[in-house]
Amino acid sequence: MEFSEHIKTANVEDVVLRQPLHPPSRGTLCITGHHLLFSDREEGSSRQVLLLLRNIDAIEKSVENLLGYSGFFSNAGLSERMSGSSGTITIKCKDLRVLQLDIPGMEQCLNIAHSIETLSCLDCVSEMYPFFYRPADLSLQDQWGLSTPEKHYSQMKELCERWRLSSVNRDYSVCPSYPSAVIVPNSIDDSTLKKVAKFRQGGRFPVLCYYHKKNGMVIMRSSQPLMGANRKRCKEDELLLQAVIDGSDKGYIIDTRSSQQAQQARMTGGGFESKSCYSHWKRLHRQMDRGKALQESLIKLVEACGDESNNMDRWLSKLENSKWLSHVQTALSTAGLLAECVERDGHSVLVHGSEGTDSSLLISTLAQLIMDPCCRTLDGFLALLEREWLQAGHPFQQRCARSAYSHARLQQESPVFLLLLDCVWQLWRQFPLALGFSEALLIRLATEVYASDYGTFLCNSDQERCAMGIKDKTHCLFQALLRPGERDFYSNPLYEPTELAIWPSVHPQSLQLWRGFFLRWTQQARHLEEAQEEIRNMLIEWGKLALS
Amino acid sequence: MEHIRTPKVENVRLLDRSLGQRKASVGTLYLSATHTIFVENNPETRKETWVLHSMVSSVDRPPATPGGSQLVLRCKDFRVYQVLIPQERDCADVHASLVRLSRPEKYSELYCLSFNPNVNKEEREASWSFIDLMADYKRMGVPNNLWVATAVNSEYRVCDTYPSELFVPKSATTGIIVGSSRFRSRGRFPALSYFHQDTLAAVCRCSQPLSGFSGRCQEDELMLQAVMKSNPGSDYIYVVDTRPKLNAMANRAAGKGYENEDHYTNIKLQFIGIENIHVMRSSQQKIIDVGEMRAPSMSDFLWGLENSGWLKHIKAVLDAGAFIARAVADEGVSVLVHCSDGWDRTAQACSVASILLDPYYRTIRGFMVLIERDWVSFGHKFSHRYAHLDGDPKEVSPVIDQLLECVWQLSEQFPCAFEFNERFLITLHTYVYSCQYGSFLGNCQKERRDLRLRERTHSAWPQLWKDRSDYANPLYQAELSQSQGVLRPNTSPYCFKMWKGLYNHVEKSAPPRQSPADYLAAVREESQQLEEELTNHQEVPPGGTAHHHHQHHQHPQPGSRQEDSSSDRSANHVGEAVGSEEDD
Repeated sequence: MEFSEHIKTANVEDVVLRQPLHPPSRGTLCITGHHLLFSDREEGSSRQVLLLLRNIDAIEKSVENLLGYSGFFSNAGLSERMSGSSGTITIKCKDLRVLQLDIPGMEQCLNIAHSIETLSCLDCVSEMYPFFYRPADLSLQDQWGLSTPEKHYSQMKELCERWRLSSVNRDYSVCPSYPSAVIVPNSIDDSTLKKVAKFRQGGRFPVLCYYHKKNGMVIMRSSQPLMGANRKRCKEDELLLQAVIDGSDKGYIIDTRSSQQAQQARMTGGGFESKSCYSHWKRLHRQMDRGKALQESLIKLVEACGDESNNMDRWLSKLENSKWLSHVQTALSTAGLLAECVERDGHSVLVHGSEGTDSSLLISTLAQLIMDPCCRTLDGFLALLEREWLQAGHPFQQRCARSAYSHARLQQESPVFLLLLDCVWQLWRQFPLALGFSEALLIRLATEVYASDYGTFLCNSDQERCAMGIKDKTHCLFQALLRPGERDFYSNPLYEPTELAIWPSVHPQSLQLWRGFFLRWTQQARHLEEAQEEIRNMLIEWGKLALS
Repeated sequence: MEHIRTPKVENVRLLDRSLGQRKASVGTLYLSATHTIFVENNPETRKETWVLHSMVSSVDRPPATPGGSQLVLRCKDFRVYQVLIPQERDCADVHASLVRLSRPEKYSELYCLSFNPNVNKEEREASWSFIDLMADYKRMGVPNNLWVATAVNSEYRVCDTYPSELFVPKSATTGIIVGSSRFRSRGRFPALSYFHQDTLAAVCRCSQPLSGFSGRCQEDELMLQAVMKSNPGSDYIYVVDTRPKLNAMANRAAGKGYENEDHYTNIKLQFIGIENIHVMRSSQQKIIDVGEMRAPSMSDFLWGLENSGWLKHIKAVLDAGAFIARAVADEGVSVLVHCSDGWDRTAQACSVASILLDPYYRTIRGFMVLIERDWVSFGHKFSHRYAHLDGDPKEVSPVIDQLLECVWQLSEQFPCAFEFNERFLITLHTYVYSCQYGSFLGNCQKERRDLRLRERTHSAWPQLWKDRSDYANPLYQAELSQSQGVLRPNTSPYCFKMWKGLYNHVEKSAPPRQSPADYLAAVREESQQLEEELTNHQEVPPGGTAHHHHQHHQHPQPGSRQEDSSSDRSANHVGEAVGSEEDD
């Protein structure tokens, strides 16, 4: 398919661009297969705005004709009658920026709007921009990704006594959303795993995702067991879980659904680990909202942030009504519970909800940040995301297809990853010295996950990424973020490693709206950025002096 | 001591609720003339908790429990102590004593009159001239050919709640001033608060006119005319009535009210809508309750925050200041600010405006000057508002709390613009309430003079100045664009948050406690030292000093980066840091 067939008007002169934090500017608008390019041609200044079409979540257009001619028209004699007309396109981006373009000529305006609408939501992966992005300082031969399950396993010497690396899923046939290699108990062979996979939704059998060096306890994750209405059992599944707690008295299962929801899931073939079959496991239910509820929460929050009524009561009630901060609170407190089970209680934990691709990943990631200092460095955090989200099969393409402004009917969209980043930001704010990365990294990730030059967040699983040749044909975001210049920018200048667990406060007063992201296009965010810059300068200066 | 029946009770349990403490400590409770003192039994720590009687706002006796009788002490700095006393009788005695001691009836009972820091007479007298208001007027270029000093209020003859030294428009004669003062509530005629040299526009303040429905006063009209004439760049002035318009209208029925635009030529009247002291008092009580909720859900919390109305009121004060600052800086128009009596909302609005307009007031010393000028000298009723003496509870209201909070909200928005930190604001809050110093006693200058406070008490300012390294904001950068010139704050609702540092003393999370500010302060100090050394040692070959520098390099790291969560340890740490600094 050719992009050009969607572009009737490629260039428009004399367009006025209005964007936050800048005065309006006049220049040329150009539309390509993947970008909207605006270049400002005013005296000397040649500012350019390059916007990835994929970043556009929604547009609104209004055209007006100075001759009193309304939007309805026929083709005949159009050019003559259009002379006095103009149009405005409001562009709402997935990074929450809102731009406005005043375009002379109704036809040009409608053409541009049509191109944006079509090109911004093409869903053919191989035609997306990462396949065309070829920056001079990166080579496709560079290493893709930071690690592999094999490497991860081999680096943790403590594991090999009781755990093994299984490649039962090498061709992705046992579990399409898992990576090709996973870590399982030594005593469980591949044929058992295959049977367990049939008893778990989507084949997501329990695998190890975290080993706590201090006491040898682990976090496992999976999807729900398929017990169904007639309470089916699976001996192999029970065996696997028994092998996990081998030698200790009990383990915990944190089910991210309420017990009522778990019961109801039986009606559709799902279910939970019943006490009678898994006698050594204690189930804890913590209801976490997911899917549509989260997406709607995000939409309401963004709407509240854009409210211009300047009314405090209205703001606070909209903030409350969006429930976003409640989701943050629930996620952090459930992750805290998980970490408490492992670190303080000294027990292994299995985490799952229903599919095991969203809230399970959310809380296992947060719990690892709370407990494990290795995850808190810049490299460690990106590796954690790679393991727990990319390799673990969070369906990024489905979840992040659209964001808060889209008018399209919701399908699989859900801002789980954004919620993760928000929770990590809360940790970062409460422990400003404990994390090795900066707020800028979290904001960058929140942007890249929705629209990116890099292939990292494309597709829904390892299998799909392999099939699309992502690793050969696109560049890796994580590698790019670790280049020397970028590494400095995304590091926390205040970072001071601590071996201690960082237990977050989940009291509502301790949780704040993530202004750096949700209000990033306001003047206020600029002042905060300036302060961060100041901190960085101070420490650089100090470092120089200390060395001299 | 006459009020203390039982000076010592043993086996008392104390729970500091505001610290999020869950386990009570056991110890001995002592009552002194000025403090309640609790000493922990634990021989290792022997931790002491001192609570000043004047900081106690209420003492409640909830029903007794099997473990003994309870007392709940709520303090004016929002700390809450729960005390469990084994014997009912002892509890009753302590309760009776505390109720009496926490409500002094006479100034002579106040702590500042017995407080005797280790300074001699000369030092005490010098402490009272630490802040020199005349020097500040000079700094802003006053007197000049537009604004002049007037002696009309010497001996407080015209207005007893105003200072004796005041600045007025050059063209305002004594007749005009006196006439205008007769037409203003409590005689508080228009006087200069701040002069903005860049635009020659001024911020003036007064109280409401006694206009009723149709009253007018020629001198008052001339007075406002004179204010306008003192600004060559503009042919009108703004009159900012900081009250809600409805309240201002209601005042007309009582013979007061607001300026009639038909009578005054060249004024533009603007209402801002800051609520009165009674609304603010109950609003603060609600936000204290929100802070004390045990395990609220996010919805409970946000609903409570909305329902308290507190942030809405803070926003109104900031909006008032921002309006005045815009008028003065951007339009070059002078502003006359008033509310009813012109000593609460007017003080708030004028102070916020000055802070926005002039970077000087964002420094430690400048902020002291500001409080001294707009609040102390212009007759803000400290003793009534902050219940220094047992009196009418309807006079009590957190007026200065709101100013301090506005400044805190601004410092959150402009992290590099203020020389001082949150601790400074909180300490100032404590000083206003604690009566440890004479600075904030009484209700106006005249009353302070009559009480001879300068001879009998000490000023708070030199003490704050001495401790200024504790109050320094390490991010303060006078050269940054956000710090320079006029601050233009965003007052959208989303810019405001609950001031946890004031209402809840600690983040209720487990260790490690981390304070980037403390760390940065250490870094800043260290960098300065290194820089000095570098300039001093320039002759020494570079290799020669490497070891020496290396040692220093290590210095700020231990301790200051991570602290244990227990408050006494961090208190110790502050002490240690100060000690080692002196050794150097």
